Amino acid sequence: MANPTIVASRLTKQYGEVTVVNALDLRLQAGEVFGLLGPNGAGKTTTILMLLGLIEPTSGSIEVLGFDPARNPLEVKSRVGYLPDAVGFYDSMTGRENLKFTARLNQLSKTDADQRIVELLEEVGLTEAADRPTGTYSRGMLQRLGIADALIKRPEILILDEPTTSIDPEGVAEMLALIRNLAEDRQVTVLLSSHLLHQVQAVCDRVAIFVRGTVVAQGAPHELAAKNKGPEQVEVHTTADPAKVRTALAGKTFVQSVQPARVPNVYTIQVTRGSTNQLIASLVQAGLELSGVRRASDDLDEVYRGYFHREGASVG
Amino acid sequence: MIAPPGDRYRLGHGWKVVARKEFADHLLSARFYVLILILGVAAAGAVFAASGGIRSVAPSAVGVPALFLKLFTVTAEPVPFPLVVFIGFLAPLLGIMFGFDAISGERSQGTLPRLLAQPIHRDEVILGKFVAGLAVVGLMLLALVIFVSGIGIFRLGLIPTPTEVGRLAVWLVVAVIYVGFWQALATLASVTVPRAATSALIAIGVWLVLSLFGGFIFRAAANLVAPADDQGALLQAEVTLSRISPLTLFSESSTLLLDPTERTVDLVTFDQINRAIVSDLTLAQSLLVVWPQIVGMIAMTAALFAIAYVLFMRQEVRA
Repeated sequence: MANPTIVASRLTKQYGEVTVVNALDLRLQAGEVFGLLGPNGAGKTTTILMLLGLIEPTSGSIEVLGFDPARNPLEVKSRVGYLPDAVGFYDSMTGRENLKFTARLNQLSKTDADQRIVELLEEVGLTEAADRPTGTYSRGMLQRLGIADALIKRPEILILDEPTTSIDPEGVAEMLALIRNLAEDRQVTVLLSSHLLHQVQAVCDRVAIFVRGTVVAQGAPHELAAKNKGPEQVEVHTTADPAKVRTALAGKTFVQSVQPARVPNVYTIQVTRGSTNQLIASLVQAGLELSGVRRASDDLDEVYRGYFHREGASVG
Repeated sequence: MIAPPGDRYRLGHGWKVVARKEFADHLLSARFYVLILILGVAAAGAVFAASGGIRSVAPSAVGVPALFLKLFTVTAEPVPFPLVVFIGFLAPLLGIMFGFDAISGERSQGTLPRLLAQPIHRDEVILGKFVAGLAVVGLMLLALVIFVSGIGIFRLGLIPTPTEVGRLAVWLVVAVIYVGFWQALATLASVTVPRAATSALIAIGVWLVLSLFGGFIFRAAANLVAPADDQGALLQAEVTLSRISPLTLFSESSTLLLDPTERTVDLVTFDQINRAIVSDLTLAQSLLVVWPQIVGMIAMTAALFAIAYVLFMRQEVRA
């Protein structure tokens, strides 16, 4: 990586005895979308606040666009757009007024700000609601206004804390498309955190899976998936008798478990990795009529779940 | 990549942006109109009573110094207090109203992380809010003084002399400092207590205790420190102790600043009065007498603000 925009090494934050972030290493470059994935309380927000210079690390170093956020917070904050988790706005001010306030804090000229606000409101689909007080906005609208707010300063880095929570599925798709565009067209570095892996993995170039302050896996989603040696879950749709399904699979070593799903005529079958085709072949050979076969979860989801099961057991 | 220290951003700009927004917010807020209403009614009542009082003594009052200022310092039935006392009592409410949710409000609306992620220093947030609150209060008090003066000029035909205007102006500044104390107290509460309602109650509690029980508390304290058989020492101790309270400091300052015939804020014996040569103080002399009071109020305000400031700087961004 020639030109890293965010470099964190051995980044650690302790509150008393509790280590919230433990020796985190990150290296992001321009135009990259990086996902920080982990359950709630994993230390994602703490990491983000350290990158912004709003929390001082206990040890380790950070460089954001060449600046140390703890020592040059303004240099960092003028170049980094940030969408906080559960973003809030001033209720009595309109969406446009809220954005104007942010523009002024970032010292945009009035004409520049006005024009940029119009563009951004259009981009996030809030043009019609722009002159209503934000107290009347839905959670999803606030989230979209938050994106516009983070983009006003024309950031080189965009940090989004849980950007897809509380948005409807269609909104999520739009949000992700917007993020992808920013990274590809404007070479913005995007760091996003989420506990909803399946929503964000599609846009991430790389992800780090973060559990209890420690990164347990880091890399491109397909690389992580390739490392996965755990079982695969396959959903099989068939009208055949349950007994028949069981006989067909009896004695097959690659089958680990067969469970009828909650929906009638659907079975969830766990097989060893890479043996889905063998499973299908066995079922067909046994003369069962299959109306559908589907992976119950995609690869990264399983990686994620695998880590959570292993680590989560002790998290409680 | 080592980037050069940037000069893209003017420093010391952020607090003005924050102050400007807060100022606009205050002027549009319901609490502003409620306060205007309270102050307006109080002022109207007090000034009509005062002008009635002035009128009744006017024929014999030729040569009374600074008659115009009596609009602020005298009263008549049925209004119990002159305007100055009224403001001394209500001003804390102004300060508290514009400070009690300064920081906790940002927290409860979820705007604090977003605000602090902008290129401004954290102290600019608290400073901007403080300045905006004081500006609004200053504006309200100025309007009040102009309103009262206007009534005085039209109803009584009293024209203020330049000295009287000067005294009013200085008094106005002192009143704003006094309100600043209460605003700093409320801001401190808003930093330390997450709930705005709790923070308002704390600040209002301090205000009520000092204004209702202050006299009693200081008398009791004086009994502890002064010999019980020496009335003079006891009284002196009480006066000295009561100057811990900004209410006392403000009332002493007001008395001196708005009445040139008042010569001291301390206890005087009959001998001292008898032998004094009657003459009015100039504004500079009055100011000199209450200078310690004014500095005391500034110091208390600065101390409270500094504590609020330090606590805020050390606080977590997340609640």
